[in-house]
Amino acid sequence: MSIPLNWYLVLAAALFSIGLYGVLSRRHAIGMLMGIELMLNAVNINLVAFWRYIDPAKITGQIFAIFVFTVAAAEVAVGLALVIAIYRNRNTVVVEEIDLLKE
Amino acid sequence: MKEFFFNITWIIPVFPFLAFLIIILFTQGNRKLSHSLSIGSMVLSWLVGWGVVFSAIGTPHLGEHPVHKSVPWFETGTAVFEIGYWIDPLMAIALFMVPFVCLMIFIYAVGYMGFGTEEVDPNYSRFFAYIALFATGMLGLVISENLLTLFMSWEIMGLCSYLLIGFWFEKNYDDPNKITPRQAGLKAFLVTKIGDLFLVLGILYMYSQAGTLSYADTLFNHEFLTHLAQTPALPIFGGWSAASAIALLIFGGSVGKSAQFPLHVWLPDAMEGPTPVSALIHAATMVSAGVFLVARIFPLLNIVVELDHHNPTMSIIAFIGAFTALFASIIALAQNDIKGVLAYSTISQLGYMIAALGIGAYVAATFHLITHAFFKALLFMGSGSVIIGCHHEQDMMELGGLRKKMPKTFWTFLAGGLALSGFPLITAGFWSKDEILAHAWEEFMHYGTASWPFFVWLLLTIAAFLTAFYTARQISLTFLGKPRGHHAEHAHETPNTMTWPLLILAFFAITLGWVGIPEEIVGHGNNWFHAFVGHEYASTPLSIPVMLLSSGLAIGGLGLGWLVYGRKPLEAGQMDPLQKGMERIRLGWLYTAMQNRFYFDEIYAAIFINGSIKLADIFYNFDYNWVINPIVNGVGAVTRGISNIFNQFDEKIVDALVNLTGLSGVKLADLGGITDLKVVDGFVNGIADVTGWIGEKIFRPIQTGKVQNYLLILLISMLAIIGIYLVY
Amino acid sequence: MVPVLVFAAVSLVTLGAAIAVVTNKNVLHSAYFLVLAFVGVASVYVLLEAPFIAVIQVLIYIGAIAILIIFAIMLTRRLMSKDMEQRNHQWFWSALGALVLFGVLGWLVYSANWPTVEGAVPKDPITLMGQELLTTYVIPFEIASVLLLAALVGSILIGRESDQESRSAE
Repeated sequence: MSIPLNWYLVLAAALFSIGLYGVLSRRHAIGMLMGIELMLNAVNINLVAFWRYIDPAKITGQIFAIFVFTVAAAEVAVGLALVIAIYRNRNTVVVEEIDLLKE
Repeated sequence: MKEFFFNITWIIPVFPFLAFLIIILFTQGNRKLSHSLSIGSMVLSWLVGWGVVFSAIGTPHLGEHPVHKSVPWFETGTAVFEIGYWIDPLMAIALFMVPFVCLMIFIYAVGYMGFGTEEVDPNYSRFFAYIALFATGMLGLVISENLLTLFMSWEIMGLCSYLLIGFWFEKNYDDPNKITPRQAGLKAFLVTKIGDLFLVLGILYMYSQAGTLSYADTLFNHEFLTHLAQTPALPIFGGWSAASAIALLIFGGSVGKSAQFPLHVWLPDAMEGPTPVSALIHAATMVSAGVFLVARIFPLLNIVVELDHHNPTMSIIAFIGAFTALFASIIALAQNDIKGVLAYSTISQLGYMIAALGIGAYVAATFHLITHAFFKALLFMGSGSVIIGCHHEQDMMELGGLRKKMPKTFWTFLAGGLALSGFPLITAGFWSKDEILAHAWEEFMHYGTASWPFFVWLLLTIAAFLTAFYTARQISLTFLGKPRGHHAEHAHETPNTMTWPLLILAFFAITLGWVGIPEEIVGHGNNWFHAFVGHEYASTPLSIPVMLLSSGLAIGGLGLGWLVYGRKPLEAGQMDPLQKGMERIRLGWLYTAMQNRFYFDEIYAAIFINGSIKLADIFYNFDYNWVINPIVNGVGAVTRGISNIFNQFDEKIVDALVNLTGLSGVKLADLGGITDLKVVDGFVNGIADVTGWIGEKIFRPIQTGKVQNYLLILLISMLAIIGIYLVY
Repeated sequence: MVPVLVFAAVSLVTLGAAIAVVTNKNVLHSAYFLVLAFVGVASVYVLLEAPFIAVIQVLIYIGAIAILIIFAIMLTRRLMSKDMEQRNHQWFWSALGALVLFGVLGWLVYSANWPTVEGAVPKDPITLMGQELLTTYVIPFEIASVLLLAALVGSILIGRESDQESRSAE
C-alpha cells in the first residue's frame, strides 16, 4: 500500500469543501445541485478508502457506498423535478430570487 | 517470417481506428492530412493483411489447423471473455479482398469528394474519419476469433452505415415521397437492427449451450458440434436440433445485413449516401459480412447434414437466397437510377451467395463473394465516375453517349458489367457464378426435380439471364448512342485519383476468376482456390452442359439487352422499350410495380409503422388516461386529504388557543385597566418600541428567505462550535 | 513511485474539474466538468481496488445523474444568458468558510490514529456483496427500494404539468 490512507481522506475533504463552496455560492439552482453531488462523491471516496484500509475482508464499506449512490440518485431526481417545477411557475432558476420564506 | 505476420494480425484493424480517432479529434480542419491519414492507415493494413494472407497460403493444412491466439479481455463473475485473432482459409481469402478494395475506394474517394476543386465537400475530413472507422469494423470482423468480437465489429459497421448513408444529412428534397439521406440512414440502421436482434439471440443461445463464444471451442470443435446437433432445440423450434436453431437465428442477422428478402428495403435507399460509400459498404464489404457470417457458421450447418442428411435451416437459407436473387433482378430491370440498378443487382448477387451456402456450396459461395466484391465495387465506382462527370445526373434516361466522352470509365465499366453477367472464360464472374450453378445442377441431378436444389437452380438460372439483360441495358443507356440530357452533353472524364482505381479493379475483375478454374480443365490439383479454401469438401465436378448454359445465358442476355437498348439507341424522351412492350401485352401494371419496387416500402409502412403508432397510442392512453394517472392522482388526493385533516386539527387547536388567550387577556385587562393606562401602558409602549426596533432592524433582515444564506450561517456556526470544542 | 504519480494525476484532474464545476460561468460547461470530476472519482475507486464501485459510479453518476442534470439545464434554459454572473453576493464568506472547513478536516485526518490493516481484498467482491445485501443488510436494501419508489412517485408528481398549464400550452 504505497499511498497512505491520509491522502485519500484529504482528497475527499478537498472535494467536499469545493462542493460546499459550490452549494453556498452558485446562483443557478442546478449549479447548487452539482455542488451537492460533489459532496456526496467525497463521502463515497471516504467510505471506500476506509473500507480498503481498515477492514478490506468485509464488504460493508462498499455496500454503504452503494446505498449512498442510491440516495444520491433519488435526491437528484426529486431535486431536478423541483427545479423544473419552480422554473415553470416562477420563470427563474436563480436561487436568490426564490425567497418566499421571507414572508 | 510467417510467424511474424501471424503474430501481428491483431494490428490490422488498429491502424484505421487510430486514423479515425486522430482525424475526429485533431485534424478535421486539414483536408490533406485527413485523407493522408486515412489512406495511409489503409495502406498499412493492406500490407500487413497481404503479409498474413500470403503467409497463410504458404501454411499447409491451414484448414484443419487454424492459427489463432487470444487474450482475456474482461470478466464478469466467473466468465471470462477473450479478444483475439483467428486465421483460417476463409479469413485469409476475405483478408485478401477487404483491405485492398477498401484502399482502392479510399483513393477513389479523394477525387469523388472533390479534393482540390471548388466543389470539394465541406465535410471532407469527417468522411475520411468515418470510412476509416468502418474499415476498422470490417477488418475486425474478418480477423475476429470469437462471436463476441464479431458482433462488436458487426455493430461498428452498422453505426458507420448509418453515419455514412446520412452523411449529407442537411440535404432535403421538396418531394415528400423522396427519402432524404437522414431518413435513409435511420432506415438502414433500424432494418438491419431487426436482423441483429436475431443474431444476438443466436449468439446468446450458442453461449448458453457452449459456455464460451470462441470459434476454437464451438464452431471448430467436432465433439461440441455433434453434441449440438443431437440436442433438441427449444420447443418453439419444433423438432429441430439446437445446431439448426442457432444457425437459423444467426442467419437472421445476415438477412438484415446482406439485404435479403424480407429485410432488403434499406439497400436501395442507402444510395442516398456518397457513391464511395455505396461501393464500400453496399458492394464490397458490409453486405459481404452477412455472407461471411453464414460461411463462418458453415460447420454448424454442415454437422446436421452429416448426421441427418437434411437440414431445415439450410433449406430456408437456400429459399431466401434464391428468391431474393430472382426478385431483385426483376426489380432491377425497371430502375432508371444508375445506382438503383446496381443496388438491386447487389441484392440479387448476395442472394446467389446465400443460396449457394444453402445448398452446401461453401467453396463456390466464397469464391463468388470475393469476385463479386471486386467487380461490384468497380461498377459502383464507375457509376460514381459517371455521376461526377455528368454533374450529379443519376437518371439513365438523361444520359447516353458517354463512351466517347469518358473512355476510361466506359471500358472499365464494361469489364465490370461483363464480369457481373458472367461473360464466359475471360471474366471472374463467369467462373464463380458457373461454379454455383454447377453445384446446384449436381445436387438437383442427385435429388430430382421435387427438391430444393432444383428450385434454387431454376431461380438462379433465370436470374442469371436477367442479370445479363439489365447489365446490357444499363451499359447501353449510359454509354452508347447520343446524349439525351443536358448534363450528358457536357460530360468530361474524371480525375486520375478516380480512374486509376477503376483500372486496377478491372484487372482483378478479369483475372481473379482464373484461380478457381475447375480441375478438369487445368489439370488435377491445380484448382488452387478449391484446394486452399475447401479441400475437405468434395469438389464440384465440371459439367459441360452447365458451362454451356451459363455462357449461353450470359451471351444471350447481353445480346438481347444490346438488341433492345443498344442497336438503336434511345432518343431523348423516348419511353423504355421494355415498358412499352409490357404495356402492349397488358402487363403495364407489372412494369409499374417493378419500377415501384413492388411497393414493399409502402406495405411495411402501413403494417409496421402505422401499426406501431396505433399501439403507442393505446399505451399512451393506458398511461395517461386510464390507469397510471388516476393512480397518481389518487395518491395525491389521499395525501392532500390527510394533510387537510392535520390542517383542520391544527387550526382548531390554534383557534382554541387564540380564543383562550383572548378571553384571559380581556379578563386581565378588566382587572388592571386603570394601572395599565397610567404606568404599564407607558412601560409596555416602550418595550414594544424596542422590540419593534430589534425586529425591524436586526431580525427581519436576517430572514432573507434565501436558502444559501441560511446554509452559510449554518456552516459558520458549525465551524464556531467545532472551534470551541477543539480548544476546550 | 508509479501509484503515487497516478494518484497525483487523478487527484489533480478530479479537483481541477471540481473547481471548474463551481466556478464556471456557463452552467452547461459546469455540467461537462462535473462529468470529468466523476470520471476522476471513478479512477480513485479503481486505485482503491474497488472496480465494481468504479463501474457503478460511471453507470449511475455519469450515465444517469449527469445526463439528468444536462437535461434539466436544457429544459430551463430560456432566461439564462451566457454572461450571467455566477457568484452570489456571499461568495467571499462561503469560500472562507469552505477553506476553514477543509483546514479543520485536514488537521483532524492527520491527528487521528487510523487503525490501518494490510489486508487483502476479497477475491470475488460481487458475490460477497450480493450475499451481504440479501442477508445482513436486507432491511436497508428494502428501505432503499421504498426510497426509490417514493422518489419516483414524488418526482413525477412534482414535475407533472398541471392540467391548467397543459391546457394553456395548447
